[in-house]
Amino acid sequence: MTSILNPLASPLLQGHAMTVQSPDDSSRASVISTAPTSAPSPAEPKIKARGVKVFYGEKQALFDVDLDVPGKSVTAFIGPSGCGKSTFLRCINRMNDTIPSARVEGSIQIDGADVNAKSVDPVVLRSRVGMVFQKPNPFPKTIFENVAYGPRIHGLATGKAELEAIVESSLKKAGLWNEVADRLHQPGTGLSGGQQQRLVIARAIAVSPEVILMDEPCSALDPIATAKIEELIDELRSQFCIVIVTHSMAQAARVSQRTAFFHLGKLVESGPTEEMFTNPRDSRTQDYITGRFG
Amino acid sequence: MTDATLGAAAPRQAPSAAEARLKKRHRAERLFKAQGIAAIVIAMIFLVVLVGRIVSQGYSTFETHTLSVPVYLNPDRIDTSDLSGVNYDYIVAEAVMKKLGLQDDDYGTISSKVQDLVSRDFGFQLLNKLKADQKLIGQTITVTGPLKADADLYFKGEIKRSTAEDDRKLDNQQLDWLDKLKKDGAITSGFNLGFFTHSDSTEPEQAGVLGAVIGSAMMLLITALIAVPVGVLAAVYLEEFAPKNRWTDIIEVNINNLAAVPSIVYGLLGLALFINWLNVPRGSPLVGGLVLALMALPTVIIATRSALKAVPPSIREAALGVGASKTQTVFHHVLPLAMPGVMTGAILSLAHALGETAPLLMIGMVSFVPGVPEGLTGAATVLPVQVFIWENASERAFHERTAAAIIVLLVFMIVMNAAAVILRRRFERRW
Repeated sequence: MTSILNPLASPLLQGHAMTVQSPDDSSRASVISTAPTSAPSPAEPKIKARGVKVFYGEKQALFDVDLDVPGKSVTAFIGPSGCGKSTFLRCINRMNDTIPSARVEGSIQIDGADVNAKSVDPVVLRSRVGMVFQKPNPFPKTIFENVAYGPRIHGLATGKAELEAIVESSLKKAGLWNEVADRLHQPGTGLSGGQQQRLVIARAIAVSPEVILMDEPCSALDPIATAKIEELIDELRSQFCIVIVTHSMAQAARVSQRTAFFHLGKLVESGPTEEMFTNPRDSRTQDYITGRFG
Repeated sequence: MTDATLGAAAPRQAPSAAEARLKKRHRAERLFKAQGIAAIVIAMIFLVVLVGRIVSQGYSTFETHTLSVPVYLNPDRIDTSDLSGVNYDYIVAEAVMKKLGLQDDDYGTISSKVQDLVSRDFGFQLLNKLKADQKLIGQTITVTGPLKADADLYFKGEIKRSTAEDDRKLDNQQLDWLDKLKKDGAITSGFNLGFFTHSDSTEPEQAGVLGAVIGSAMMLLITALIAVPVGVLAAVYLEEFAPKNRWTDIIEVNINNLAAVPSIVYGLLGLALFINWLNVPRGSPLVGGLVLALMALPTVIIATRSALKAVPPSIREAALGVGASKTQTVFHHVLPLAMPGVMTGAILSLAHALGETAPLLMIGMVSFVPGVPEGLTGAATVLPVQVFIWENASERAFHERTAAAIIVLLVFMIVMNAAAVILRRRFERRW
């Protein structure tokens, strides 16, 4: 089932210059560069985070995260519960704005533009950075309306035909078209959990985002539905920059090209997935991926 | 693992002790169930007694006795130059006497006794007919109208021959006449349509609830138009947009307190604010609606807020995640999902407002209004106030009408509550 998806066997993305800080362990080299090997265009990373701190009221949830996420690939965030990986994910499309007590410091740039700048409208940002949540959350409307909602509010389609075309192509990209083509006008909440999650992915794709954030998208699904979503993620990475938070290290190994390991609000280590799983640099990463804690 | 746990637990407690404890638990459960059933039975008994008493008192109003007599429009008694000044009641009395084969005496005792049996409605009918067509003078026309309330009560068994003659409104002679008319087929019984097509009147047989029903409807319309939009928008703002700080806490506490303020206080507020300061006509559906809107607002706000709270946060995240603005999120997704709860809350608070009497007494709605309110600023009465007025009336026939008006009020409320249920179902199906 998962062998076809095994990204460890698939060629990894070219190595980017990668900065990793582990603030509690200063003896360790604070900046580790993985020299670009045979990279034809070691372009700027899609997402560049520097010194990101998040506070919930008095409590600091994230400490000085520096991380680069390359475009058109899958980056997995792993780590034990409460380690800040979801918090960091939600900084990228400013979903933390909706939590009154949350405060974000530091800079996160997408294509060189700071997402927290005053000039950035979170509404526009979120149309560029789509999000898929832990629990499938389709709107309690028809399948068609679920996908059409985003394009409609952003004015992406000028006519009905164009809107229908967007819905169809989004559902096709999400691998759901064949299953729902004949019942587009039935409620999206009537689908199975896995189908709902793919519907939600189609909804995110429909506004043509550049980045798709996935917050544990498979944690509420059975293994077969999970396999389908993973397959889908693998297909989508040629078009989107995907960031996925996952509890399952096996999943991170299967779907991602790069992995970042968070622990207690700090980014411990990040790098190519294969390297990280075979030869972690930090002892905490080693302990986590071998199942000694978490 | 289960086996191990069971094995470990067994020696800790003797089997008999465990059994006793289990029995005790079952007994507690049975006791609780019995208490619940008892509570419901008591509540049902009260409900049955209440409804039964109202219905048994009021149902007779819906039946009425009408009299049909041929009336000779005697040209000697009708002055065409002054139609309104004609003594039509006497013409009607003459017709009834003729039907009964009676002759009036010199003092007019017979005719006045006959007049006590027949509603003045006959006279008004004759006046209207003659106003429309004076050629009727000299002819004999058949007129149908209600009996006087006391005569009606005799046929309904409320006035009995067995009662001493001095203790009842009608003497034996009058009862004999009534029996004769009934035997001749001149008096027939039927559905009391007049109760629904007439407004209040000083004559019980002519009093109806139309004016009160329309007054209630107009007042509720004002209340709904003000309380529902204002309340829903206030709740949406407080729940979805307002920052959570000390000020919004104070506002929330105050709204909760306002919901518990006695309704008569709202009447005083309305008197001071709307009538004395804004000069809204007193006793009008407008001022009543405004006062009841104030009263209903806190309930609408609280119901709407709890309906909004019940919408899962995942829907908000979903909408924000595809780039909907806060306002779009609320109005496209959250509020429609909360709509069943909002509707139920709004309709129940309106139903509560419908039955409210005390604040309306403060703003001058307790008055005799013999007609349908003339617009939103005209004098009006409403159903609960009509009940209050009739209950205070001295005629026995009004008491019967009090119960009937209560039945109408209850039916009004049942219809509203049914509407709430239906709307709720419909909205839920849509989502």
